[in-house]
Parts: sequence; C-alpha cells; structure tokens
Amino acid sequence: MNSETKVQENLFTISTSPHIRGEESISKIMWTVNLALAPAALFAIYNFGIPALITLLVGSLSAVGFEYLVQKLRKKPITISDGSAFLTGLLLAMCLPPTIPAYMAIVGSFIAIVIAKHSMGGLGYNIFNPAHIGRAAVMVSWPVAMTTWTKLSTSVDAVTTATPLNILKQQGYGKLIETFGSAPQMYKAMFIGTRNGSIGETSTILLLLGGIYLIYKGYVNWQVPVFMIGTVGILTWVFGPAGLFTGDPLFHMMAGGLIIGAFFMATDMVTIPITKKGQIIFAIGAGMLTVLIRLKGGYPEGVCYSILLMNAVTPLIDRLVRPVKFGARR
Amino acid sequence: MIKSFRGGIHPNDCKRYTSDKAIEIALLPSKVVIPVRQHIGSPCSPIVKKGDFVKKGQVIANSSAFVSSPAHASISGIVVDVAEYPHAVFGKCLSIVIENDGEDAWIEGIPFERDWEKLNDNELRDIIKEAGIVGMGGATFPTHVKLAPPKEKEIDTFILNAAECEPFLTADHRMMLEYSQRILTGVKIVMKVLGVQKAYVGIEDNKPDAVSAMEKAFAGTTVEVKAIPTKYPQGAEKMLIKVLTGREVPSGSLPMDVGVVVQNVGTIIAIYDAVVKGIPLIERVTTISGSAVKEPKNLLIRIGTTFAEAIENCGGFVEKPAKIIMGGPMMGFAQSNLNVSIIKGVSGILGLNKKDVNNGKESPCIRCGKCVSICPCGLNPSMLSILGEKNFYEEAKEEQNLLDCAECGSCVYVCPAKRNIVQYIRYCKMQNAAKAAQNAAKDEKK
Repeated sequence: MNSETKVQENLFTISTSPHIRGEESISKIMWTVNLALAPAALFAIYNFGIPALITLLVGSLSAVGFEYLVQKLRKKPITISDGSAFLTGLLLAMCLPPTIPAYMAIVGSFIAIVIAKHSMGGLGYNIFNPAHIGRAAVMVSWPVAMTTWTKLSTSVDAVTTATPLNILKQQGYGKLIETFGSAPQMYKAMFIGTRNGSIGETSTILLLLGGIYLIYKGYVNWQVPVFMIGTVGILTWVFGPAGLFTGDPLFHMMAGGLIIGAFFMATDMVTIPITKKGQIIFAIGAGMLTVLIRLKGGYPEGVCYSILLMNAVTPLIDRLVRPVKFGARR
Repeated sequence: MIKSFRGGIHPNDCKRYTSDKAIEIALLPSKVVIPVRQHIGSPCSPIVKKGDFVKKGQVIANSSAFVSSPAHASISGIVVDVAEYPHAVFGKCLSIVIENDGEDAWIEGIPFERDWEKLNDNELRDIIKEAGIVGMGGATFPTHVKLAPPKEKEIDTFILNAAECEPFLTADHRMMLEYSQRILTGVKIVMKVLGVQKAYVGIEDNKPDAVSAMEKAFAGTTVEVKAIPTKYPQGAEKMLIKVLTGREVPSGSLPMDVGVVVQNVGTIIAIYDAVVKGIPLIERVTTISGSAVKEPKNLLIRIGTTFAEAIENCGGFVEKPAKIIMGGPMMGFAQSNLNVSIIKGVSGILGLNKKDVNNGKESPCIRCGKCVSICPCGLNPSMLSILGEKNFYEEAKEEQNLLDCAECGSCVYVCPAKRNIVQYIRYCKMQNAAKAAQNAAKDEKK
C-alpha cells in the first residue's frame, strides 16, 4: 500500500451488501400479534369477570418468567422483551376455561415455554405450537377442570354452564338451538361472544378484527384462516346430523376455538410451512382434522389437536412444496 | 398495466436528495488513481511508467485479451506512481497515478465529429473496445464482448436498462433528462451493431419526467419507451427482460440465450461519445448522496478521482458517516476509507449515517416466510441461510439452488430476524468454489 495512505484512522465500517434493512423486527411482529389479541382478551374480562383477568395475567406473566429462567440457566441472551413468550402465555390463557385454578395455568405455561419451546432450542426452532402444547398438557392432566364452565353473568338469554360444542356433542342440535332461544339468537351470541367457552375464543367479531389487522400488516397470509375455516364450513355442512348437506356450517365456523385457532395458531410462523402453497395444504389439513374430531371423535372440539398434528407434518410439507426458481420454466 | 415480476421489495427510494439536481461538472481532481482492472476479465498491463507525461484520452494500460478493456488517462499530467493502491471492488490493484498539470489537454486528434452511419458493425465494435467501455451500471462487463454474441445466438431485441432501481441513485435519471439526444443516437448505434429492429427503454414509473423525456426523444422510432412498475430489483437484467418481453432467461443462461442484449444508460452515453466524438471513457455521471453528505449531487466526474475529492465537491460530510458505499445500498461495496478512486462502474458514492445502516442483532430464523415470498429468483433464502450457518454448503448447492441466487439482498432487507442471509449464501458459494478448485487440483495430480 502507498506510504501516503493514512492507515487505521478514520476507517469506516465495512460489510457485504445489502447495507440497508427494513423496519420489521421480531419484537414488532410479536407485540403486534399481542395487540391484535387485545380486543378479544378485554372482552373476555368483561364477559367472564375477574377470574378471566387472573388467568390471563397468570398465563402470560408466568410464560415470560419461565422464559427468563430458562435463558438465565442456559446462560443465553434474555429475550423476554421480544414479546414471543408473552404471546405464548396469552394464547395459552385464552384457550383455557376462565375458572381454571392458577397453578394449572402455570403448569401449562411451563410446558409451553420450557418443554415445547426451549427444549427444542428456543424461538424459531420449536416444531409444535407452544401454546397448544401447553393447552394439550393441561387438558390431559386435568380434564375435569378443563371442561368445567362458569355460569355466564352477562348474558341474559344464554345462561348456560356448557359450551355450545358440548351441548351439541351431548344433547344434539335441537337442544343447542333451544338453549339459545332461536337460531338467529344463537348466531348472534356466537358472533358477539356472549356464550360459554375458553377465555379468548368466544367473540368471533373481535378475533376477526384482530386477524384482519394482522393480514393487513402482512404478518398473516389470508389463505391460512380462509382455507382452514372454509374447510370446516364445507365439511360440516356436507356431513350434517340428518344426512348429507344438512349441517350448520355457520355454527361450526364460529364455534369452539376455530376462529382464534385459524387466525392466531395456524398462522404461527415458526410451526407452519414456509411457502404459501404449503400453508394452504396445512390449513386444509387442519380444517379436515378439526371436523373429523368434532363429528366423529370423543372430544367436542378438535382445533388444538388438529393444528398440533399438522405441525408434525410441516417439515414434510416444506420438503414437498418448494418455490419454483426463476428460469425453471419458460 | 405491465405485469411485474414475481417477488421484489419496495425500499424507501431516498432519491429525493438528488433527483432534482442537474448534473454538475466536478472540479478537476489534483490527481487521479487509475486501476488497471476496472472491468470483469483479464487485467490490463500499464504501458506508461513513472515520470511519463500523459495527455487526456491517452491509453495508459492495455491488454491483448478479448475479454478486457483498456484504461485511458482522464487528465493530463505526470505519471507519479505505478503501484498497488486501494481498489473499490478488489481491495487493492495495480494503479497508475497521474498528477494533474492543470492544462486538461487532449491527446492529439480528439475530440472530433464522425458520421457513425457510414461505419459497419465491426468498425463500431472496435471503436467501443478501444474506448474502454464497460457496463457502467456496476457490473463492468466489457461492452464490446456483450455486443458480439456468438453467431448461433440470434439477437432480436435490445433493451436500454433505465430502471435505476437502487435507492439513492439518480445518475441515469438525470442523464435521461439532460442527455436525451445522445441516448437516442447511442441506442441507434447499438441497434445497428446488433442488427436488431426492436428495442425497449425500461424506466421505473417513479421517474415520470424521465419517461416523458425519453418518449419525446424516441418519438417516431421503433424503440418502445415503457414505464414499468417500481420494484426492487427491477434493474436486474433478467427481471427487466421478463417484464418487458415476457421471456424468462433459463436458470444458468444469459440474456442472449433468449435473444436479448441489455445495456445501461451510462454505457449508452459512453458509446455515443466514443463513436460520434471519438472520446474514450474518461468520465462518468455518478450520484454522491446519503444522509451524511452535506450537499448531495449528481457529478460528471473524471475516472480515477478519489472518493475523498469527489465528496469535497459536495461540501464534505455533515457528520462522520457510519458507512461509505460504492454503488447502491442494496448491492454496492462498503469502503473502509476514502482513498479508493472512482472506476468505470461507480454509479454512486453514498455516505450513510448510523440510522440508515442500523442492522440490528441477528437472531434465529422464525420462518416467517417473507424472504420466500419476495425472492425474485424463486429460492428459499431462509433454508439457504440455515444451511450456510451450519456449513452445509454442498446441500445448499445440490438441493436449494444456491447458484441461482443473484445476491440482490431483498431477503436481508425484509428479514425481521435481521439474518445475514446473503452473507451466508456468499459463504456457501465460496466454499463450493474452493471445493471444486481442490477437486480439480486433485484430478490434475492423478
């Protein structure tokens, strides 16, 4: 090098291109999803009262706490502020009955964060949706607590101590309509959320609102919820209680955890296929399994298990469905 | 409405700094540092030595290889050094340093006027070769080679690449507004060399004034001026060809395989100057911009001017830049210091502040799929980055189409986990090349 060249002083950072980046970040995505869940969560507190508030707080805060502990013990960077553990805890709590004892929610959080997420390597490496793993674990451990529902205080004409899907499973469609008074009243209750169920799953309209916001932000591909809910709608209509094409698709699409599952669980980036085509296959598969469990299985609801089962085949879908490279076809 | 290509991104174009600023002639530099290698292909050998007196336009380095391009003195003065100097792309390179005598005297015989229509295609190609013209968009591939496709490749279309999709850069934009007649003649010359009747001018629709200037210039010709959707990397040859002609260059092939030759606006101006005026490539229009530059400008500047002197033309820096970039922010080369000089492919010099280059901390992939959906090459950048991170470079090549990556950087731009995807991809490409070289050496021993 030339002797006149000044060395070592006033040097600039070098790196390979590109030199600018977009504004997106993991914490921005995660906190936006949390925000999108907020309306449904707030409604749940209004609908179910203080027990729901406590469960939501216990779920999300214990998840954050477990993430902190795991990362501290493993001497890894602490990433609790990125919102992903909070989101897992919040989603888990929203899938639990409002009156569940706090320690059960904490165990769920533990399973979700420590077992399902960090034993796999942490954010980005988990195969299964952590919140759903947590819910499934609580479900098999305390089946009674998980199916005990409160007496709704806010809903005058829909006072019941069972979820609509429970009534349908055990007493049939006629009793279901009777409980709500009439079919339009039932749809209205399902749409607004004045019905029994897990904390965050009841209000179709508010979940839709949050989901559409995420689609608008580009964090969710619209194909996933549309294909999953659509599949459930079509199949429940086709395989109705009184023979082919006698089902009630509207009820099934709004019932149980389908809306929250399709918009917030089946769209969990880490655990679903990476291509849009793959995601559509995932959504249809999850929809079909949900209907299979609801109509033929022992459980009244199948969203949780169907998504977990599809999580398991996600690597296979990614292997089969790949983007077509430029110049591969003319 | 023209259909765009698959994928792509919309970064903030940051062109407002310089898009309204007329091209300004830069002050004559006190010295120029001219590397013997400013192109893809064989390096030149210096044909002048320390102490020689040279004039503007004189050949100072040459090569007998076909894929090469000579270098010319861009000022008149004394050759004060022939030695290794910092180089904007190769790190360092043998360079010829000329100290300005202030005369700015042309070598005898140029410039002159020439009736190009009387020349045949071979004569035109020779003029372009001797003028040292290379692709001035940044790739610096010798232009005469690109204009001499093998006989079996039938070329039927010429495309003027005026997309200028890189943020910040406005040199092509300004040239279209101010040099439209030279562009018109330049395109006609290239069409004659290639023997084609059909040509397109592809301009991103964020430059409506350039579109109308070109429409005006090319009125009544067979050349179609097209405003195409603004989307990075629209200026990538293969994307431009796809959008304008609907042809998709097959993986691993070149534009000439689908009958198309593409040239950049700056190159066309250089061709005009060489063919009509006899002036070799000794200066170019380049954009000096960025948040750290005091007075961003489009400069007509001599090849070999150091970055330091180029930036002095713009009033220096308002703050110490975090990064100095040669070219655009998406595919340009970061420089460690300002002693490097402007070579033929320098479309811009950017001084970016900390905020612009805030890269964030890299974290594991969350498989959001953004990179897959925006990859213009149709790859899975997420998987490539993971394979690179774990050193599975062979799998990246065999199973994930590693070599199809054009390194446009779109995936890195959109990645919320701030992963250095393109860096991993480059690493994989390097490892594969090293392995191939190793195997070749082994075979030779046998």
